[in-house]
Amino acid sequence: MTTETTHDGATAHGGEHSAEHGMSTRGYINIALILAAITALEVSTYYVDFGPLFLPALLIMMVVKFFMVVSYFMHLKFDNKLFSWLFYAGLFLAVGVYVAALGTFHFFIR
Amino acid sequence: MAESATHDAHVTSTGLSNVKLGMWLFLGSECLLFGGLISTYMLYRGRVSNGPTPEQIYDIPFTSVSSFVLLMSSLTMVLAVSAAHNKDDRGTNLWLSVTALLGATFVGGQVYEFTAFYNEGLGFTTSLFGSSFYTLTGFHGVHVTVGIIMLMALVAINKRSKVPGSKSETVEMIGLYWHFVDIVWIIIFTLVYLIPV
Amino acid sequence: MAIIERPAPGSTVPALTPAPPAITPARTYGALRRPVATTGWKSWLFTVDHKKLGLMYGATALFFFIVGGLEAVLIRLQLAAPGGKVLNADLYNQMFTMHATTMVFLFVMPMAAGFANYFVPLQIGARDVAFPRINAFGFWCLLAGGIVVNLAWFLGGAADGGWFMYAPNSGPVFSPSHGVDFWTLGLQIAGIASLTGAINLIVTVLNMRAPGMTLMKMPIFTWMITVVQFLLLFAIPVITVALFLLTFQRSFGAQFFDVAAGADPLLWQHLFWIFGHPEVYVLILPSFGIISEVLPVFSRKPLFGYPFVVFSGAAIGFVGWGVWAHHMFASGLGPVSVAVFSLATMAIAVPTGVKIINWTLTMWGGKLVFTTAMKFAIGLVVLFTIGGLSGVTHSVAPSDTQQTDTYYIVAHFHYVLFGGAIFGIFSGFYYWWPKMFGKMLNERLGSWNFWLMVIGMNMTFGPMHILGLQGQPRRMYQWTEARAGEGFFNLAFWNLIASVGSLILTVGIGLFLINIVVTARSKVRAPLDPWNARSLEWMTSNPPKEHNFDSIPHVHHLDEFFHRKYEEDPTTHTMREVATAEEVLAELERNADKHIHMPSPSYWPLVLASGMPVVALGIIYSIPVAIVGGLIMLYALYGWALEPATAPESDFDSTSNNGHAVGASHG
Repeated sequence: MTTETTHDGATAHGGEHSAEHGMSTRGYINIALILAAITALEVSTYYVDFGPLFLPALLIMMVVKFFMVVSYFMHLKFDNKLFSWLFYAGLFLAVGVYVAALGTFHFFIR
Repeated sequence: MAESATHDAHVTSTGLSNVKLGMWLFLGSECLLFGGLISTYMLYRGRVSNGPTPEQIYDIPFTSVSSFVLLMSSLTMVLAVSAAHNKDDRGTNLWLSVTALLGATFVGGQVYEFTAFYNEGLGFTTSLFGSSFYTLTGFHGVHVTVGIIMLMALVAINKRSKVPGSKSETVEMIGLYWHFVDIVWIIIFTLVYLIPV
Repeated sequence: MAIIERPAPGSTVPALTPAPPAITPARTYGALRRPVATTGWKSWLFTVDHKKLGLMYGATALFFFIVGGLEAVLIRLQLAAPGGKVLNADLYNQMFTMHATTMVFLFVMPMAAGFANYFVPLQIGARDVAFPRINAFGFWCLLAGGIVVNLAWFLGGAADGGWFMYAPNSGPVFSPSHGVDFWTLGLQIAGIASLTGAINLIVTVLNMRAPGMTLMKMPIFTWMITVVQFLLLFAIPVITVALFLLTFQRSFGAQFFDVAAGADPLLWQHLFWIFGHPEVYVLILPSFGIISEVLPVFSRKPLFGYPFVVFSGAAIGFVGWGVWAHHMFASGLGPVSVAVFSLATMAIAVPTGVKIINWTLTMWGGKLVFTTAMKFAIGLVVLFTIGGLSGVTHSVAPSDTQQTDTYYIVAHFHYVLFGGAIFGIFSGFYYWWPKMFGKMLNERLGSWNFWLMVIGMNMTFGPMHILGLQGQPRRMYQWTEARAGEGFFNLAFWNLIASVGSLILTVGIGLFLINIVVTARSKVRAPLDPWNARSLEWMTSNPPKEHNFDSIPHVHHLDEFFHRKYEEDPTTHTMREVATAEEVLAELERNADKHIHMPSPSYWPLVLASGMPVVALGIIYSIPVAIVGGLIMLYALYGWALEPATAPESDFDSTSNNGHAVGASHG
């Protein structure tokens, strides 16, 4: 570089080859197997009566799958925290405003 | 779309790549987009003034299979990213192609599903349920389709010698987009299909 | 008027670094060779330079400001006397809809985007933004969106549902012309500009700061712009959803807002205001940022409580997401929702009040210099406070139900938007004009400009408080003598005052336009540092070179430029000048970077954006046309993807072939 672009190392982070890839192929396949198993369990609720557990179980499984993909396949767990902040800001804001909006329609107390 | 650069990664203030930051910001923004569409569907799913209700037409076994296909495409995508980071061009192209194929299977399933629903009397204008169902799943389908186009374009231009930017980062960015489309479907599958009105 | 008279920088500044090397495209990428013009209209059309784009945003916004202003004048002429005949009811509806739409989406937002584009990279010591081509694409989308929205005037009538476009009133039954279709699609396109701009500027601020510039050393304008971009990033998709739903209803027969089919009209209101309330902070925060730059410079003091101004700005951005339903107090939300949103709305007054206090204490004890920029800044503090106080009265839900849809609301939001956002923008014009154009706006005309605007604005919007409390409803195209009432508070008197005020306002703004012409014709160059300014954007020539800085400054202080000019005398504890602006600049020049390759111009942003209005027209009139638009966009994306953002080394002339692309590298 001919320019003064050296930075005083704010949160210098190796970029390319560092901790971004904390998983092996085997690890990815394991994650996929767990995801598949949870999906099978989800689908089983359609055939088996889970009683009062039905709704919470489905929602919990959905959330678990969601965060597994985000954390492992999208590497958020291993990546710089700034990426997590930016994405989760959008995610939780979305959940917050839309749950509140549906709340004003008395959506959750019918 | 297939553009990136890594030679800036060591000169940015945070040490992070511009493209990757931009992609995560975009995905954060997309949360609000799909949140709005999902909320609209949740509000309107029980409002059937005309035509079939969700329970009457949803084919859970069929949708389960196509959901599973999309879920597995996330695995193949992550393998493509992994191969790209290991500079394994053949592996990258192979897994990218498989991912595109699985995605196409999913979209094909959606086209079949839409056709079947339409034949059973659920049009876009039939009821609030119909309008909001087709809008939500249609938006998702368009996102998958855009993803497939990006994957195929990437496989095609990978064969050229001179592609702007870093190849592995481009694969990684398309991977992030692809996984995002997958997690949106994880939510849609539960909220739209599995939880009855 | 210059505070410190110095000779113009003369020949020392441009001499040392030659013009950027010419590009000779060696090969074709995708479909077309790179544009190469560095002068003339082509250099503007295909530019990716953030400064040129900033000026283009500004010029576009100023044009729409005039359009929106003329619409406002027509509205006031119609309401000047009972039974107005200037406009008919239909045209009146179109006029107030387009006035608000134009002012919000096509003036204040793009003008803020223009300032942000121009000054954020300069303030953080960068050579360009993170994604220069996306930046250009954003501008062309804004222009395309503005054209589409306004095209409706000539194709059967403009949108007529109010800027909030409440459903089901905006549905095909109640608004059969194509106006609303143009409106939804045009705003959709303009929204792409905001979204891409948001991503671009956030990445720029996070990643492209000069060495040593930590977040808490960033100029406050850059901070406020960053908060705004986060608001846009998360708010634009919400309006995108709403606009899609409305388009699908109007063009493809979807039922989203069809009450007969069981739809809930409140769905639109929620989606619109979840976007709409963050949007009002999008409008005001850039102006808060501008005057937070202007007040310290002309008070000869640092900004009082910089961290408080930063964090209150961020707090406004955050709490702004939890107050949207105060626009809907009269819609029957239920007592719990009303109470919650009422409290949140009262809470958001706190960080706003913090800012007012900080500005006041910045001026306290300062050596105030009443330039036009300073006058507008002080005008903002006063007028925004008035508007803010009437805003707090709306947060009290029982009071709000009385005020909803009356002129009291109109008075409130014009005090915060005209007295706030627009006064801030004018402060920015006068403050930054010498930086952008190398010439100072005439201060004498500026003074007239300011006082006429203050008088006009208070005469126009002040009486609206009275009109509203007397019960004059918004959006009624006529008021009648019979209902005007009597005595001091009769509608006739105050409506007339308001209309006269709007004409004074017009003269005031006209003087600004005249000032632009007078300044452009003037031969007098501005001094290098006319205001004795504090932040990095002044640490370069007027106007800045294409690469902004000859060498990227290392930052050690908040107000870095000031600290290079002044040091504290250890004995007297006063600041004394140790270097002139010219000396600071000469120092940067001595260490000038030898090879600077800026991102290269490109056709693709313009081509990509030009496909969008074609798609929009296709959706309205004929789907095959939309497909043609889609093909144009595909073609552009193909070319874009295969073209490196910065031309490869071999394309630069051979004298500089060992240089590197710096700063922005792709996009």
